[in-house]
Amino acid sequence: MIERAQHLAAEARDAVHGASSTADLEEVRVRYLGRKAELPQMLRQVSQLPAEERGGAGQALNEARRAIESAVAGRAAELEEAELVARLERDRIDVTLPGDPVRELGRLHLITQTRREIEDVFLGLGFDVAEGPEVDLVHYNFDALNHAPGHPARAWTDTFYVSEDVVLRTHTSPVQIRAMEAAPPPLYVIVPGRVFRPDSDATHTPQFHQVEGLAVDEDVTLADLHGTLLAFARATFGDEREVRLRPHFFPFTEPSVEVDVSCFQCRGTGSVDGGRCPLCKGERWIEILGAGMVDPNVFGYVREYGYDPERIQGFAFGMGVERIAMLKHEVPDLRLFYDNDVRFLEQFG
Amino acid sequence: MRAPLEWLHDYVRPDLPAAELAERLDMTGTKVERVERHGVGALDAFVVGRVLEAERHPDADRLTVCRVDVGGGAEASIVCGAPNVATGQTVAVARPGAVMPDGTELRAAKLRGVVSEGMILAEDELGIGTDHTEILVLDGGAAPGTPLVEVLPIATDVLELEITPNRPDCLGVYGVAREVHAATGAPLQAPPWSEDPGSAGGVEGVEIEVRDPDLAPRFTARRFDDVTIAPSPPWLKARLMAAGQRPINNVVDITNYVMLLTGQPLHAFDLDRVAGGRLVVRRARDGEEVETLDGEVRRLDPDVVVIEDAEGPTSIAGVMGGARSEVSQDTTRVLMEVATWIGPNIQRTSLRLGLRSEASARFEKQLQPEQAMEAQAVAAQLMVQLCGARLVEGTIDVGGPGPEPAVLALREARVAGLLGAAIPSGRSAEILRSLGFGVADGEVLSVTVPHWRRGDVEREVDLIEEVARIDGVDRLPATLPARPDRGGALSAEQHARRRVEDALVAQGLYEIQGWSFQGPSVADRLRLPEGDPRRGAVRLANPLSEEQSVLRTTLLGSLLDAAAHNAAHGHPDVRLFELGAVYPARADGHVPAAARGPAAERPGAGELPDEARRVGALLCGALAPASWRSPDAPRADFFAAKGALAALLDWMRVPWSVQSAREPFLHPGRCATVLLDGEPAGWLGELHPLVAESWDVQGAAGFELDLDRLAALAAARAARFRDVTSFPPVRQDLAVVLPAEVPAARALDVVRKAGGDLLRSVRVFDVYRGEQVGEGRVSLALALEFQAPDRTLTDEEVAERRTAIAAALAAELGGELRG
Repeated sequence: MIERAQHLAAEARDAVHGASSTADLEEVRVRYLGRKAELPQMLRQVSQLPAEERGGAGQALNEARRAIESAVAGRAAELEEAELVARLERDRIDVTLPGDPVRELGRLHLITQTRREIEDVFLGLGFDVAEGPEVDLVHYNFDALNHAPGHPARAWTDTFYVSEDVVLRTHTSPVQIRAMEAAPPPLYVIVPGRVFRPDSDATHTPQFHQVEGLAVDEDVTLADLHGTLLAFARATFGDEREVRLRPHFFPFTEPSVEVDVSCFQCRGTGSVDGGRCPLCKGERWIEILGAGMVDPNVFGYVREYGYDPERIQGFAFGMGVERIAMLKHEVPDLRLFYDNDVRFLEQFG
Repeated sequence: MRAPLEWLHDYVRPDLPAAELAERLDMTGTKVERVERHGVGALDAFVVGRVLEAERHPDADRLTVCRVDVGGGAEASIVCGAPNVATGQTVAVARPGAVMPDGTELRAAKLRGVVSEGMILAEDELGIGTDHTEILVLDGGAAPGTPLVEVLPIATDVLELEITPNRPDCLGVYGVAREVHAATGAPLQAPPWSEDPGSAGGVEGVEIEVRDPDLAPRFTARRFDDVTIAPSPPWLKARLMAAGQRPINNVVDITNYVMLLTGQPLHAFDLDRVAGGRLVVRRARDGEEVETLDGEVRRLDPDVVVIEDAEGPTSIAGVMGGARSEVSQDTTRVLMEVATWIGPNIQRTSLRLGLRSEASARFEKQLQPEQAMEAQAVAAQLMVQLCGARLVEGTIDVGGPGPEPAVLALREARVAGLLGAAIPSGRSAEILRSLGFGVADGEVLSVTVPHWRRGDVEREVDLIEEVARIDGVDRLPATLPARPDRGGALSAEQHARRRVEDALVAQGLYEIQGWSFQGPSVADRLRLPEGDPRRGAVRLANPLSEEQSVLRTTLLGSLLDAAAHNAAHGHPDVRLFELGAVYPARADGHVPAAARGPAAERPGAGELPDEARRVGALLCGALAPASWRSPDAPRADFFAAKGALAALLDWMRVPWSVQSAREPFLHPGRCATVLLDGEPAGWLGELHPLVAESWDVQGAAGFELDLDRLAALAAARAARFRDVTSFPPVRQDLAVVLPAEVPAARALDVVRKAGGDLLRSVRVFDVYRGEQVGEGRVSLALALEFQAPDRTLTDEEVAERRTAIAAALAAELGGELRG
């Protein structure tokens, strides 16, 4: 009986190894371990054996059964894996079909995206973000910014008027004054926002956006303006950029400068592929904003709020958000920003 | 301002190519917009020639065949069409290869069978005049073969300058020469007005009265007799042409030439046509009319200054002369008037009359009285030299020169303190002197401001600008402000607004930027009734068009405009949002933030609108693009809009609810007021079909909220941790049958109240109306989740809450539990 069991175990092991599918294997299992199979029947007969034989026979038979079970289990794992591999191999899809998103993502408008990028640079440089009304007083928009009564910017052709004393702000600069009225120096703020001028063509829309900057402290210098705008230009247009200050004139800064960034398309060389650089038109520099040291006359308007022009000084700058976006993203026409065509919007944000 | 280099070189001649000079000017504050080549090209091909023989063309009456000595023993056969060509003339010749002012290249050609090896030139063909009727006949001094450029200014580079409004002194060639001198160090020649042939004192036969000296600080006049009107010489015409002015006759050309040189406009009267020989400067009478040089009759008002003679106004001061006393071919006596006006007054007049001239453009920047006599001096030289005129003794001068020059202190430490880089006093003094300032050396420089900078340089900081720009602001170091106290940060509200944008983008909405202006008809298209506060739109006094004449009071108009634009371009399915300002006229008693604080006292504070920020969203058509797996996306409706709103507000952690309501632009049955923390803060709903139709959009729903309030609520609510993981929740479903008119939100309120602290959440997961629940009843299936933060709930505790919920639903709403 013991020999028979050992023989059956060896025979079963061979059969198990020969099984080539889980179905085959199940058949082998039933053949050797099923209710009617020889080994289980032999096991049931052990109780009828003489007592002195029972121990040895039972042990041998159980060993044989365990050996077969273990072989079946091992083979089953092998076969199942092989069959899974085969099934997965057959289960192929066309990976080039379009994805089906859980939810389509929307877009920030390019103006918002650009505004945030600018804000983030200046937040990192220690500036807060100040805001002010879009419909504002002539006092803030012109008077307190040192615009003489006859300054051409005040003309009806250059400014939208609501009444004699109320305008749609033509720049974010009035918030300089409001910010200084609201808090004593040191003051480091940028002012993003919508502004308005009565112009309409490919490079002018009657509304557009600016970011104003204002830093007032006891010892803020024109060199600090240079460094601040260099940091901005590099963060915005690339680490290799340089900026260049060029003397200019604005009523509310003295000295005043225009600020150029070295062209990021031709890397400041003026030419691309042997031809004239299409972005800077061969000039090597691109004008990006106006700036300067705050004119003492401007401080004179907020002297009572802690801005004594003999004690404090500061710099200010103002840039067009759309202009920065047009340069960075090669948008050719300002009006595209306000058509809100989804085919435009989906390219950004 | 156009500055021909050929002209500039009379006063300063830097040893620099034009492009480098332009760069240097750019970097010192005189912006060069471009450098233009004026005149002809291929200069070698332009020579002086002598006509050796001129014979009628055998086959053309009007053509002459000339044999021309072009120097070096060479002769050329040239066919000429001008009537005045004759043997013995010294002429300007273009040889084949010459490039004409319009850029074309001249070639040898056959004219009616005769070869022409070049062209005998008229002045317009050289860009030095406008005459094309005759060829230019040169005086005989130049030998044939002499390069023409040595005889005539036929080519020059022209600097096209943008002069900033603070620098009217640079609106003349000599002023630009001063800048070039300071910028490059090239020596500056004495000004052209150094020698004045004139004298002081009264002028016989001329009387001037200035009645409004506040508007006419200086008025000067000189008399010239025996004037011969004729064309100007080629060199003068050439300079005018290069500077962008057409030559007319010697007297008019002199006024233009002197203006272009000194920056000071002049006016030449025909003295014999000045009635009574007397001019009066006065304010115009209201409604008074004058015919200007351009032939137009202008109606004036008392802020306009006129110059009149015995027969009435002859010109509008500083803007345009009159036709009546204009210099003509017959003029023999000239009254040369040079005056100083008040800039803003001239600017107002020129804007009001829609008349801008080279003169008004200069006067409105405020010229200085001293400039008037500078111009008189140069004009006198030229009148005598070019018109054969006799300068009559005396100069009428009403008003005289301006105030004594200011003397300003310049401290070395202040220069360094403002710029962040030291410039030694010696260098500052050198720069200021080069610009024409007087400088007395010392510990502190004592600087005298020249009259031509009187309007611009009044303070130490203005001197620092002069020093900095010439020394080179591009050379300043790049430093960062030293600010040890704090970094920058968005305010909590600004941060919350970014989160609003992000939440809507995450839900698939596209942000738009709408117009702040709209047409007044938008209120009608939105069906806003009379008296609706959103009809109280602020109107612009000077809109670009009626369609952009009022400020918006809701974002819905611009959202609909954007949806309509996209629908018209083949994209009817859009999901849009906007964050932006609305500007309703002020409600009674409410003071907007912009008019509080110091602003409250300013003129116009009471007229500022109730400007406020809003966030609005609009969903149109399908909520997602069809995909190959899901061809039919759900469509925009009330619940889609509410879902977007709910996701936004839940994410912002703002307590909110909605109440059934009505808005004129929304579907009356699918419309709600949104409450934030219990207070109405906007609307939610499906568009009224007539509104949708008015914009030609389909199936639209949306919402609009008070963004300032939303951001303030969100900013005040930092997220706080709740323990929801330590102890397991118990989930139970409950179906309740309610009268159909009970809003679901009301049922949820009752459930929440009865459920108490242990009820962590409740949500509607099914709504059923039909036979099984009976007419007028609705069954809500609710998913309840119970949880305690400090223990595992027992079955008894949960059962007790559930019983309480059932009881409350029955008692308060007449609800019965199902199943």
